[in-house]
This record gives sequence, structure tokens and C-alpha cells, in this order.
Amino acid sequence: MDGGERPLSPHLQVYRFQITMVLSSLHRITGLLLSVGAVALAWWLIALASGPEAYGVVEQVFAMWPFKLLLAGWTFCFFFHLCNGIRHLFWDAGRGFEPAQYRASGWTVVVVSVLASAGFTVLVIF
Amino acid sequence: MAQFRLPANSRVRRGRDFGGAEGATAARKFEVYRYEPGSGENPRVDTYSVDMDECGPMVLDVLIKIKDEIDPSLTFRRSCREGICGSCSMNVDGTNALACIKPVEEVRGVVRIYPLPSMPVVKDLVTDLTNFYAQYASIKPWLEARTPPPPDRERLQSKEDQEKIDEPSACILCACCSTSCPSYWWNPERYLGPAALLQAWRWIVDSRDETTGERLDALEDPFRLYRCHTILNCTAACPKDLNPGRAIAEIKKLMAERQH
Repeated sequence: MDGGERPLSPHLQVYRFQITMVLSSLHRITGLLLSVGAVALAWWLIALASGPEAYGVVEQVFAMWPFKLLLAGWTFCFFFHLCNGIRHLFWDAGRGFEPAQYRASGWTVVVVSVLASAGFTVLVIF
Repeated sequence: MAQFRLPANSRVRRGRDFGGAEGATAARKFEVYRYEPGSGENPRVDTYSVDMDECGPMVLDVLIKIKDEIDPSLTFRRSCREGICGSCSMNVDGTNALACIKPVEEVRGVVRIYPLPSMPVVKDLVTDLTNFYAQYASIKPWLEARTPPPPDRERLQSKEDQEKIDEPSACILCACCSTSCPSYWWNPERYLGPAALLQAWRWIVDSRDETTGERLDALEDPFRLYRCHTILNCTAACPKDLNPGRAIAEIKKLMAERQH
């Protein structure tokens, strides 16, 4: 807002981080990271379609541990974005707007996405 | 666009420590945002100590005591001191509240008092609400009817229809919700914000209003309504326990339904 000479009052600098705004920004951030991850996914699919030689290269890269860490990160992004996306669907249907409900659903999303991504990471990636 | 950092003229400096409440057993520390227009100086945070044994329980009581006894230049809005006028809305301990009904006891440690977030500051805790009120006016907060009222009585409503507008009508326009909303921080001129949208909803559901279609048309815009990303800071902040987040979701549902 243009207040002329007037200063703008502090916002992010002073506002208490609550589950409402933290999960909302995480939703945005994980969505962004997933679209970067889509490049890796596309690379993997293209290599798969191009034959054993190209796929071999991808397999080697994907087996390196820094890349495995990246995959683990994307796994969390995926599960968080999925779970929180379902939470948004309920809101779009007009449900879950009581403070007790949106706090409980928020913590549920955190717990489920951490457990699911940890499980997936242990079983599939490492 | 989201501007995460404050502009150069808005960054807060450390101010004076006024001390006070020496030897008191129930002393509490208060850090209060100060800005002196025309001084050419950046805003600062001054520190005061107040003996809570000698002061009323609410944050507003503390501000009045500071103004009376320590620093008469401290400026803030207040009127009813019972949570119905909405004048003393400010940011206390990181969330927006009405100072008059916010107990100091609820805050642990130093009590930090700032103006409503992301607003132009007139002086100290007083912000410029011009844009906020203009947005409220833009949703046409009055009854619009094409048909004339019955000649012998008012326009009547059923009890159920009245109940639909009971809650949104209880809004006191304190701006706690709108200024708690990050979407409103980043787009204060194009996004209407939760308070104005709650009032838009109040007239959309009013059974006597005959311009629901026009009201929805006016909100059909990527910014005015749809900058709401269901963050729900608004509902968490409302000192009257209203639910602007749900009202906005109901408007979005009506928008979707009328496409079919």
C-alpha cells in the first residue's frame, strides 16, 4: 500500500507463526519444488523410452546418495502437497472451518505426510 | 507482489527504555512500536515497565497508564473499552487483537505491541484505514432491492433467514482479520480482504436483498475474491469469534454453483 511518506507497519517480522500460515506457505513451497522435481521425473521417463543405454545413465545418477537425498525431499513434498491438497478440497466443500477442526486437520497433515514420506524413503529410495 | 522486507523508511530501530515500576512485585515489560510523523526518523520500539498491581488487567489499561503516567506522547485509538467499537485493534504478542479485551496475563514474557500489520502508520499505533474502509464501501454494504417494500409493513424475514446474517452482522470492522492475512499484505489494493468479503457474504445471503447476481459479478475477479488461499489467519485472529474464512469459502461455492 502506498502511504506516501508513511512507514509500513511490520508484518512477517512480527506476526506469530501459527499452523494456519505455516502450512499454507509450506503448501506453496512444496508445490514449487514439485514442479522442479517434474523435470527429474520427465528425464527419467524420457530415458526409459529411449532404451537401455540412456536408462543406464539415469540409473547411475539416481543411485548417487546426494540425488537420493533430493528424491527423499521430493517425496516429502509430494506427500505433504497431496495431504494438504485433500485438506483444501474439504475447505472448498465448505467443511472444516472451525478453529479446532483446521488445527487438527493441519497437524494430521503434518503427521501423515512425515510418516508416509519416511516410509516411502526407507522402503523405496534407500 | 510479495514484499517480504519492509521498505527502508519502515525498518524498526531500538528506542528508549523508560524503565518505571521500580521495586514492584508484579512488574511487566512492554515493548511498544513508536513512530513520530515529520521527524524524518524511522519507527522505533520503546520499552516501558508497568506494575500490574497498580493497573487494570487488559493491554489497553496498560497503554492508558503509560500515556497518563510515563509518556503522554504515546498515541493509540480507543473508545468503548469493551470490545464492541473495534477502535483499539492492534498486534499484541504477534497476533491481532482488541487491546481492551486482551488480558496481559495471556502473554508470556515481554509484551510486544505493534500497529495492525502491513498498514501505513499515521503515528505510533494508529494506522491509516482509508483503503480498508473504501474496500468495505465497494461491496455495497446496504440492502439493494428492485421491488418496493410492502405498503403496510417492513420487509420481513423468517427466523432461519435472519440467523444466516446474525453472525456476519456482528462484525465490528476492527480490521484484525484483514491485516492478519498474508494475501492482504501482498495485495492490499486488489484483494478485498476477509473483512470486506465477510460483509459481501452478509448481503449475499440476506433473503431481502435482490442483487445477489450483481454482488457475485462484482467479486468474479482473480484478485478481489480469489486471492484468498484459505490461510485462515483471519478466522484465528477475529476477536469476535466470527469466521470470515468460512464466509469466503461459501462465496466461492456460490460462484462455482452458478457456473452450472
